[in-house]
Amino acid sequence: MHRFDSRRRWFGMGIALVATLPLGAVHAVDAAAITTQGNGKGAAPCVACHGVDGGGQVAAGNPRLAGLDAAYLQKQLDDFASGTRASPVMQATATALGADERTALAAYYGKLPIPPALAKPATPMPAADSVGAMLATRGHWDNNVPACVQCHGPAGVGVGAHFPPLAGQPAAYIVMQLKAWQLGARHNDPLQLMQHLSHALSERDIRAVADWFAAQPLIANGATP
Amino acid sequence: MKPTMGWVGAIAMAALSACTQQPTGTTTASPSAAATVATMHASAASKSITSAPEEFTPPAEAQIPTGPLGDIIRQGRDIFTDTPVHAKAYVGNGLNCSNCHLDAGRLANSAPLWGAYGMYPQYRKKTGQVNTFGERLQGCFRFSMNGKAPTLDSAEMVALETYAWWMARGAPVGVKLKGAGYPKQDFKPPQPADFVRGEKVYAANCALCHGDDGQGQQIAGRNVFPPLWGPQSFNWGAGMHQLDNAAAFIKANMPLSRGGTLSDQDAWDVAMFMDAHERPQDPRYTGDLGQTRAKYHDTPDSLYGTEVNGHLLGAAPTSQ
Repeated sequence: MHRFDSRRRWFGMGIALVATLPLGAVHAVDAAAITTQGNGKGAAPCVACHGVDGGGQVAAGNPRLAGLDAAYLQKQLDDFASGTRASPVMQATATALGADERTALAAYYGKLPIPPALAKPATPMPAADSVGAMLATRGHWDNNVPACVQCHGPAGVGVGAHFPPLAGQPAAYIVMQLKAWQLGARHNDPLQLMQHLSHALSERDIRAVADWFAAQPLIANGATP
Repeated sequence: MKPTMGWVGAIAMAALSACTQQPTGTTTASPSAAATVATMHASAASKSITSAPEEFTPPAEAQIPTGPLGDIIRQGRDIFTDTPVHAKAYVGNGLNCSNCHLDAGRLANSAPLWGAYGMYPQYRKKTGQVNTFGERLQGCFRFSMNGKAPTLDSAEMVALETYAWWMARGAPVGVKLKGAGYPKQDFKPPQPADFVRGEKVYAANCALCHGDDGQGQQIAGRNVFPPLWGPQSFNWGAGMHQLDNAAAFIKANMPLSRGGTLSDQDAWDVAMFMDAHERPQDPRYTGDLGQTRAKYHDTPDSLYGTEVNGHLLGAAPTSQ
């Protein structure tokens, strides 16, 4: 009888333990599966636009996600969901993702290594005294525009959770973002830094600086520096 | 011709040539820049006894001449913008000159080089002596860079002076130009600066770049955003440790690209918050905090040797 009671007690404790586990631990979000299959609730597979290696698609202007800061990625997904960053595709996707799925995907891409192919940029490096190079490395202080690298890091490698990498991102993507800041379609920037800066840039500035950053090689060391 | 007449003639010729043509070795100044310089000279001559500040526009970087003079100017620019690399032996922290003198020393209200160059030699209360421009730069290395002063004839000093000279070329000598220094005149806090208020201003406007702990952000061991206090920042002898300098710099220039957006009160409060943290010792420290304060920091704009938030500042200076 004693042995029987003991077994019953252990069995009961086991049920209690399972019942108290967090739901997420039982049904862990499979971020990798979402990237290739979507989540079955309207979120499209990430790889369709961002590439199987997370390196982005230059021709379409879809950005690299692999190796970006996870907190930055999560904020962008959350901001697409809340509407402070506009994009028809990404707003639909982010809204269809649960908060736990957004977190898991941000962590997944944050850990994904930078694709080695990005070490060799698709476009040639503009001259050191070109409009793009000067704006990126020296700024336009007459218009109160600091050098881009003063916040985005040397050659635009990205700094922390708030200043994403620009190096190696498709030029078309950088152009789109600068115009989105100008138009207010994107207004999720801390201290409204980019909303203000973008207004001081001409069409020529935007294209030139986008071309300069797109041509910066990325060292495929497994993560952003 | 008597020798004195010869000197007068030579000076007149030199002044004339400065107004009308580029000095030997320069090749790239634009006609419009030359016209600006000429206008400036005429204006300086006619207004030299009035107090209205003179306007000055420094040459663009693309106007640095080719040739050996240009090479030294560019070397000075490189030291100015990447100091730990190009003046390594003299820098004790990770700061660049251009951290506090924005746009490579060109930006008005950010203590531009063109605003300083023509103001030396100058009697300075800080040293109790007449200092040359070179001696002033030595002070930057000793205090702001927490390093050691290059000798006046060192390659680094020659390059920095040449860069400053080039940027100030055409500016009147001995005239305080509009935009020189930090805009301190009549800039006072509505209420006395306050540490607790400053902490809130810092969290809302500064921590994004300089970090919650004020230590800036680094990539591959190099500053992207400079530390504002602690072992890798300027020391207790630097001008930026004074509230009036820091508040004026912050008001005019911070957050980067959003200068002028903080209220006067916020700028003073956050300056106090920054300058009420420990940093490397003043190299003039006598061994006694009170004595050092009395000798070198006897102003309400210095918190050195005073107690703020329960801490006696300067009593536990940071070292590397």
